[in-house]
Amino acid sequence: MQDDSIIKVKNVNFHYGDFKALTDINMDFEKSRVTALIGPSGCGKSTLLRLLNRMNDLIDGTRVEGEVLFEDKNIYDSNVDPVEIRRRIGMVFQKPNPFPKSIFNNIIYGPRLLGVTGKGDLRDLAEQSLRQAVLWDEVKDILGQSAMMLSGGQQQRLCIARALAMKPDVLLMDEPTSALDPISTAKIEELIEGLKKHYTIIIVTHNMQQAARISDYTGFFYLGKLIEYNLTEKLFTTPDVKQTEDYITGRFG
Amino acid sequence: MYLSSVMSRQLKEIVIKNIFFLFALVSIFILGLIIVFLFREGVPIFKVVSVKDFIFGNEWYPTYDPPDFGIWPLIVGSIIVTLFASLIAVPLGILSAIYISEIAPPLMKEILKPVIELLAGLPSVVLGFFGMVVIAPFLQETFDLPTGLNIVNVSILLAIMAVPTISSISEDALYSVPREFKEASYALGATKFETIVKVIVPAALSGISTAVMLGMARAIGETMVVLMVAGGAAAIPESIFDSVRPMPASIAAEMGEAPFRSDHYHALFAIGVVLFFMTLFFNLIADYISTKFKEVGTATL
Amino acid sequence: MSTIQMISEEEVIRSPSHRKAISNMKWRYLKQNLFLGVVRLSALIIAVSLGGFLFYIFVNGIGAISWDFLTLPPRDSMTKGGIMPAILGTFYLTTGAIIIALPLGVLSAVYLSEYAKQGPVVRIIRIGVNCLAGVPSIVFGLFGLGLFVVFLQFGSCILSGALTLGFLILPTIIGASEEALKAVPQTFREASLALGVSRWQTIFRIVLPNALPGILTGSILGVGRAAGETAPIMFTAAAFFTAKLPASIFDEVMALPYHIYVLATAGTHIEQTRPIQYGTALVLIALVLGIDLIAIIIRSYMRKKKGW
Repeated sequence: MQDDSIIKVKNVNFHYGDFKALTDINMDFEKSRVTALIGPSGCGKSTLLRLLNRMNDLIDGTRVEGEVLFEDKNIYDSNVDPVEIRRRIGMVFQKPNPFPKSIFNNIIYGPRLLGVTGKGDLRDLAEQSLRQAVLWDEVKDILGQSAMMLSGGQQQRLCIARALAMKPDVLLMDEPTSALDPISTAKIEELIEGLKKHYTIIIVTHNMQQAARISDYTGFFYLGKLIEYNLTEKLFTTPDVKQTEDYITGRFG
Repeated sequence: MYLSSVMSRQLKEIVIKNIFFLFALVSIFILGLIIVFLFREGVPIFKVVSVKDFIFGNEWYPTYDPPDFGIWPLIVGSIIVTLFASLIAVPLGILSAIYISEIAPPLMKEILKPVIELLAGLPSVVLGFFGMVVIAPFLQETFDLPTGLNIVNVSILLAIMAVPTISSISEDALYSVPREFKEASYALGATKFETIVKVIVPAALSGISTAVMLGMARAIGETMVVLMVAGGAAAIPESIFDSVRPMPASIAAEMGEAPFRSDHYHALFAIGVVLFFMTLFFNLIADYISTKFKEVGTATL
Repeated sequence: MSTIQMISEEEVIRSPSHRKAISNMKWRYLKQNLFLGVVRLSALIIAVSLGGFLFYIFVNGIGAISWDFLTLPPRDSMTKGGIMPAILGTFYLTTGAIIIALPLGVLSAVYLSEYAKQGPVVRIIRIGVNCLAGVPSIVFGLFGLGLFVVFLQFGSCILSGALTLGFLILPTIIGASEEALKAVPQTFREASLALGVSRWQTIFRIVLPNALPGILTGSILGVGRAAGETAPIMFTAAAFFTAKLPASIFDEVMALPYHIYVLATAGTHIEQTRPIQYGTALVLIALVLGIDLIAIIIRSYMRKKKGW
């Protein structure tokens, strides 16, 4: 596992003001695999996810200790540019958050900032990303219309396409289906299945069945600590830790 | 017995509600009164001069014999000082709003917000006084002008008066842009600048437009500054260092000398009518923009 | 999995245009820094304008301030003496204005916040309030002249001026009161209504008392506004000079803003009375900004203290 990991979290502690949200997290994320982070609300799983692309920087009064190595470089080093990190580590949020712009402009928002300007290039990129996100057939004729008129499930796939258009190495997903209906959820799970060949995916979910269905590895968090990190199959059948077993069998609290 | 007490209680409730309703109408009522009395005292001038000659007439000599009641130079004066003031106040107001809402550290925010509020509270007569005793001599000496009471001077002061309006309303609009938009942008590897310019400002654009409209309305209706600092020349200006006589200045300066219910007196009220409807127009546009924004949300941008 | 398109490895990981684009990071940060510089500068300009302005008025005005200046009437055709009648006049006018505007404004706000449902009538009322707030102060002056001075034959006096100023600050009071009423948590109302207390009693016993501090803050800001206005009182209340202090609300008064205006622009002693002008300006600014500052401090104190 050592050589294949793309992100390594080493002895990370995280504070919101006086509140310690994460304690001594050590975790390696393997390349081209889907890793799920599960646990009850407030356990720190989303916080950890947002640490991986420095989104927590945007919140006042937060403090990180320890190292997060991305391709063996600590992304919290003072000379590392969070903007570059976020470009290479994309993120999809719990609530679909397309910009109030057209579908096309949503997709090319990031690439255009990078300096991709050619009309043809941008169009190819948009098509490619939308195809990857399995949205192309539904929107190819309405690319100029506002993204806000899409359904929730379509918006979420648009957000995935938008992230993919940046050609990230890693895709972070923060409960991407929790705001969606079962059919849209199934579509997005399928999509994740298809994407993992090319991308490393780290997904936070409150839905254990989802974690079991789509992930290769699963980490279980409780009260800001990583309780167990294991192959998904193992974690959901024969967990090493008693607390994990209690949680996955619903005997919790 | 019980039923009747329920009835009377409900009746009481309705009566009280309607009393409150009557009080709520008081603003409309006052607005109506303003229109009625402006027209009552202003309309008689149109027995002397046609509406067209009044508005588009180039000569404003109300005390000559025979007098001229053409307020076009006054309208132009008002528009020019408002435009130049906006040129300064719009960027200053919007940028400071961006600073307060998106960039300033919390302590700076705590300082700047009251600063802008205090700026809004400055009595205009003191600003006008400052323009007379400080800015005017400075302009006169620096640019070797016959007078420092001119368009530039007025525009600077009007800008100071419009900035708080523009800044505070823009800030509200920027602040209410959903956090999701910002996060989405940052997560795509956008810099702070790119996020502000390409996501936050466009999403707040209608609020910012409202702010600009209200700021301009504030500038066009401001009296004391233009009265004290504009120089008072009732002619179409040819340079930014020329004096002008915006509408409020004319009313304020001349009402004291105009004999009661003379043509001049009526003409000044008629200027008030024009001024009233100009600012009403700005306010209605602002209201229209902000309502449309509320109904449709940010989805249309 | 029918819809997933096969995309070549090369395309997915790094397209050439992306590779090229990565190098423009420096340019993007340069733009950002320029922008941040401009934004900070604009905030600085605003702060410095206010600071410089206040400093200038203070330095030039402080010399004129003395106990006599504040407590004696002007003399020697206004070239000497104090400004007491103007201070007093401003006090009368603003007190009158708030007495008129506060009840009207609060009751109006109660309807808008507690009773009104979305609809054309409320919509029109709101537009009315907004438009009233936008009416230029000189138009208020004309209106006061036309209605109170001429039509109702009050003449130029405290009553006419106070009514005009009261109507001028009405939208401020309505806005502040409505905000204060809206800030009262819905649960308070529900708790009261659930106890079988009627709507209007709930408003008077629960909602208004809880909104009171906010309403007061708004009113204080309204007072500040009224105290600094000149144009509305020019034709309705203010006198250049009064030999005696006003004896009733039907007397003309001197007022601080008008005093500054008159001394600075009219008369034959403009240069001679400069110290008095600066002194009066300082008094007016201290009064108005002092009032505003009190309101701002009360408000921020309340925000921190409030548990809900």
